[in-house]
Amino acid sequence: LGHNIHFHDKKIALLEAGPRKDYDRMPDSYSNRVSSISPGSAALLSSFGAWDHVCNLRLKPFRRMQVWDACSEAMIVFEKDDLGDMGYIVENDVIMSALTKQLDAVADRVEVFYGSRAVGYTWPLSSHSCDTSPWVQIELADGRRLQTKLLIGADGHNSVVRKEADIRNIEYWYDQSAVVATLHLSEATDNNVAWQRFLPTGPIALLPLSDTASSLVWSTSHEHASELLAMDEESFVDSINSAFWSNVNHSDFIDAAGAMFRSAISLLKPSGTAARQLPPSVAQVDPGSRAMFPLGMGHATEYVQNRLALIGDAAHRVHPLAGQGVNLGFGDIACLVHHLGAAAFNGSDLGSLKHLLKFETERQRHNVSLIAAIDLLKRLYSTRLTPLVLLRTWGLQATNALPPVKEQIMAFASK
Amino acid sequence: QLLLLRLTMKRLFSTSHSSVDAKEMKKFQLLAHKWWDEEGEYSALHSMNDIRVPFIRDTLLSMRSNYHMGNPLSGVKILDVGCGGGLLSEPLGRLGASVTGIDPLEDNIRTADQHKSFDPVLAKRIQYKSSSLEEIVEECMETFDVIVASEVVEHVADLEMFIKCCSQVLKPEGSLFITTINKTQLSYVLGILVAEKLIGIVPEGTHEWEKFVPPEELESLLESNGFSVKTVNGMLYNPLSGSWSWMESTSINYAVHAVKSGAQAQPSPTGALSEVGSEQPSDTAGTAL
Repeated sequence: LGHNIHFHDKKIALLEAGPRKDYDRMPDSYSNRVSSISPGSAALLSSFGAWDHVCNLRLKPFRRMQVWDACSEAMIVFEKDDLGDMGYIVENDVIMSALTKQLDAVADRVEVFYGSRAVGYTWPLSSHSCDTSPWVQIELADGRRLQTKLLIGADGHNSVVRKEADIRNIEYWYDQSAVVATLHLSEATDNNVAWQRFLPTGPIALLPLSDTASSLVWSTSHEHASELLAMDEESFVDSINSAFWSNVNHSDFIDAAGAMFRSAISLLKPSGTAARQLPPSVAQVDPGSRAMFPLGMGHATEYVQNRLALIGDAAHRVHPLAGQGVNLGFGDIACLVHHLGAAAFNGSDLGSLKHLLKFETERQRHNVSLIAAIDLLKRLYSTRLTPLVLLRTWGLQATNALPPVKEQIMAFASK
Repeated sequence: QLLLLRLTMKRLFSTSHSSVDAKEMKKFQLLAHKWWDEEGEYSALHSMNDIRVPFIRDTLLSMRSNYHMGNPLSGVKILDVGCGGGLLSEPLGRLGASVTGIDPLEDNIRTADQHKSFDPVLAKRIQYKSSSLEEIVEECMETFDVIVASEVVEHVADLEMFIKCCSQVLKPEGSLFITTINKTQLSYVLGILVAEKLIGIVPEGTHEWEKFVPPEELESLLESNGFSVKTVNGMLYNPLSGSWSWMESTSINYAVHAVKSGAQAQPSPTGALSEVGSEQPSDTAGTAL
């Protein structure tokens, strides 16, 4: 917002609970918190000069994504026709640093309060009594008071802003936790493919960081996650390799059904589908890089109220299996900036519900279908039950054989 | 004479020859506190900002050469005549203009003042004054770059005098923006019957069809008083969506942009005649109905 030309004259305050993060050079080891950045998100970051900083620090583009089932041979491969980048794996710290640098560039308009916390919120009364200020009042932990025409809640899935505003949130916890770690591969490779295998206990994903390193995101049951964290490094590495390579979950029936379907497809599509590749094997894990956090799903019933807008995880929370969480947030930002910029250029009161509702409608339309689809996929792939395995096997194989459908999926996910 | 009658009635609100109509004032007195309820009686005026603010903004920007997108109307002095609760003054102020809002009704000015007081930036950029147009003419000769008279001329008693006063307080080559309602059968059906009596999007009794102004009459009055009419655009309100849009036809609502000529504007020698002339259209309209 600070870089938007229509906001040249406005004042923005950013309340950040964490410390300032600014790096000129990244440390040698990789952080275990990474995100998959879609081309659409990269375009947003580039629109105000942050992407350049990301490129200067470090990132890893990937060109291909292979997703396959542990219970069958079915798989699907996504890649762009022109062999362009499908997306980028970037450490969260790198993005934070890039954003910090760009915030510094507009310090005359945006004031960042590091290490701050809001303790009290006073919302404007809905009546037009004109006696009290119609703005939102906020009290900080250090006693300072701020007032604003528009409050944007971007404080994550446990959003305090959302709770204070009494916005109902549909949420539930998956019985899964995600284990993250930084891994070193057995041998150096191009490493421009993102791998994800759906195990019955949850998907395991390998995201490239460099020619020799990848990031692990393994969603699995809480007990298994704790075991993985507790075991020694060698056993941990063995578990990962076995998860990607072992065929113990196959059943003859499913294999036969899958093979039959594949030959049916090859009748219709003689060129066939791409062959299944094997992911790189892992040699060791970065000591101290293992961590776990519980997973859940959430969606706020309203994204906006008078003088309030929720974005990112405060508005919606998804399973990491599709790598979409942060991209949905970036999409929210692009949309909100667009509507606020137009409102500012019309001289409107920035907190006015009229344009905030336009933002909400646009984003809910986009987000709800994706969130529902991700939740459905999570449930579909969490079972060993034969009928469902058959269904998803055939479904995946069919989708893999239909380029137009895959292109649609990629286009939707890369916005 | 009609004029004398109006003079005596207006003693309460102004002391001189005026374009203000007392009956009109009474109508707005009752609703002076409802201005800022975006879903209330004035909701159609709130949503009219969505087209009239860009219209004013873009027209002015096309005539300026150096401006900043973050503060496009900075340095422009605007007079908002009949500002009401300040619905139009505030967005113009937010775009950077220095706005003076005048309205003959004190309660309206009070509402407007209170609303702007919460915003420190607006409080300095906008000044409100309870006054009629005529009363400020003497101290504000050729002061303003722009005059905005939105949804006002259909409420004034003497349109030609109103326009003359606009010309006097406007700088040469300054812009005058007017939005108002045409005097047609369609505007009676939609503007009064439907809007006021049927679906109530306009408070009942707000408008009198007799006072509506056809664009031809407005144009000729403007041209004969030193203005050059640049744009006339029809406007349409959709009650289902609550939003306004532009349309070709000016048969219901319309907007006008006129520019005061650069040389010292001389009222045309037919000034006296046109004053009498302005009484006539209402008679002919009466018979037409």
